[in-house]
Amino acid sequence: MKRKSQIANFFRALWAVVWKDLSAEWRSRELLTAMLVFALLVILIFNFALELDARARASVTSGVLWVTFAFAGTLGLNRSMATEKDRGCLDGLLLAPVDRSAIYFGKAIGNLVFMFVVEVIVLPIYSVLYNINLFRPGLLLVILLGSIGYVAVGTLLSTMAVQARTRDILLPILLFPLVVPIMIAAVKASGGFLQDLPWIEVSTWINLLIVYDVIFVAVAFMLFDFVVEE
Amino acid sequence: MLFHPATFAPQLRCNRRMITVRKLVKRFGPKTVLRGLDFEVESGEFVALLGPNGAGKTTFLRILASLSRPAMGEVQIAGFFLPGQASSVRRRLGVVSHLPLLYGDLTAEENLRFYGRMYAVPDLPPRITEVLEMVGLAARRRDLVRTFSRGMQQRLAIGRAVLHDPDVMLFDEPHTGLDQDASVMLDTVLQEVAARGRTVVMTSHDLARTADLASRFDVLSRGKIVASVQRDDMESTNNLLAFYRQAVEEA
Repeated sequence: MKRKSQIANFFRALWAVVWKDLSAEWRSRELLTAMLVFALLVILIFNFALELDARARASVTSGVLWVTFAFAGTLGLNRSMATEKDRGCLDGLLLAPVDRSAIYFGKAIGNLVFMFVVEVIVLPIYSVLYNINLFRPGLLLVILLGSIGYVAVGTLLSTMAVQARTRDILLPILLFPLVVPIMIAAVKASGGFLQDLPWIEVSTWINLLIVYDVIFVAVAFMLFDFVVEE
Repeated sequence: MLFHPATFAPQLRCNRRMITVRKLVKRFGPKTVLRGLDFEVESGEFVALLGPNGAGKTTFLRILASLSRPAMGEVQIAGFFLPGQASSVRRRLGVVSHLPLLYGDLTAEENLRFYGRMYAVPDLPPRITEVLEMVGLAARRRDLVRTFSRGMQQRLAIGRAVLHDPDVMLFDEPHTGLDQDASVMLDTVLQEVAARGRTVVMTSHDLARTADLASRFDVLSRGKIVASVQRDDMESTNNLLAFYRQAVEEA
């Protein structure tokens, strides 16, 4: 009975954090606007910088896409945690009598929703600009898995970085080396689907993405309590 | 009615030790901020923690609030130990700092609803109404917190802290940045909070303001409690400044 109540408390707190992040963003639209403008500028600049034929387009698309998602994602992760820190709200969250991993998962789900919104808007625009069909089930699966891994580790590191005065610089410095395996796997898998490679050649990268997602989510779950404590 | 009927238990709020701290040490790198601090508070007491800048008041309050882990020593609140039983302690604590701990892009009501869910407050909607009336913000319940003045934000911060009806309230310099009128209004709310039998620990620089509120005055200097006096033992609260100066000088 006590166990059931603990689980119910966990999910209630998790949902409360997600609801709070989405409601606040719905009002201000600060975070999504910044992420979207940045993402669209990146793909626009790449579009003019790279004069590509159809074959070259398929090979560079995955790289351009993931660079766009990674940079826009960093912007969102930084802003999402800065909102908690600026008015002392992170302390407010930590004072609540809930399992702190519920706070982590709540923040991570909120960040993932913001990342998905940006991706849903960027993909069709990219398709039109580069004249390439990105709506392939395999590619969408890679975007889902890559985003989960990126946000899992990014939410943990942004919680660490936000405690420092140099948080804007610190997050990318901490985050990018750690997400290199996710980025490589995501770029390779996306490229494979765009070039219509057989499943056997792509599946290795998909498996790698799944393994990294599981590892990063588990590590973040275990470390969050230590990261937030003074 | 200020307290939620399901959680109001006045019999728990009298005649027992609420906070016990023994030989508390806190270090930040090579710097030792708290040096074997001992501190006790009975249930229902209102203790003002006075001290110069850098004495360790905020650090001490953050340890009591379970936001910071001590290097050594024992902390017990409402019968639960920190950090081992932190979740049980947090359930019984309400904390107000000089930062509001509120979300500017949510309304007053939404902020309280969010914290109510985090604390699993039963019958939340009527409790939110009750708390907003207590802090005098019922008419502004649907306004965004970022449109509030500093004084209104601080009153809502107190509302947030009492929402789950805690036994112990910790106030860290709650008057910081408030003008005279807002401070007077905040004092009224503080007096109401204390009058309900809650145990209160408040840090402050403002001796005149504190003198009217607290039932005991402790002076924290160089990481230790160096002096303590009951309000009833003072001939007049006008003597508080002299008491404070003497305690700090002797430390």
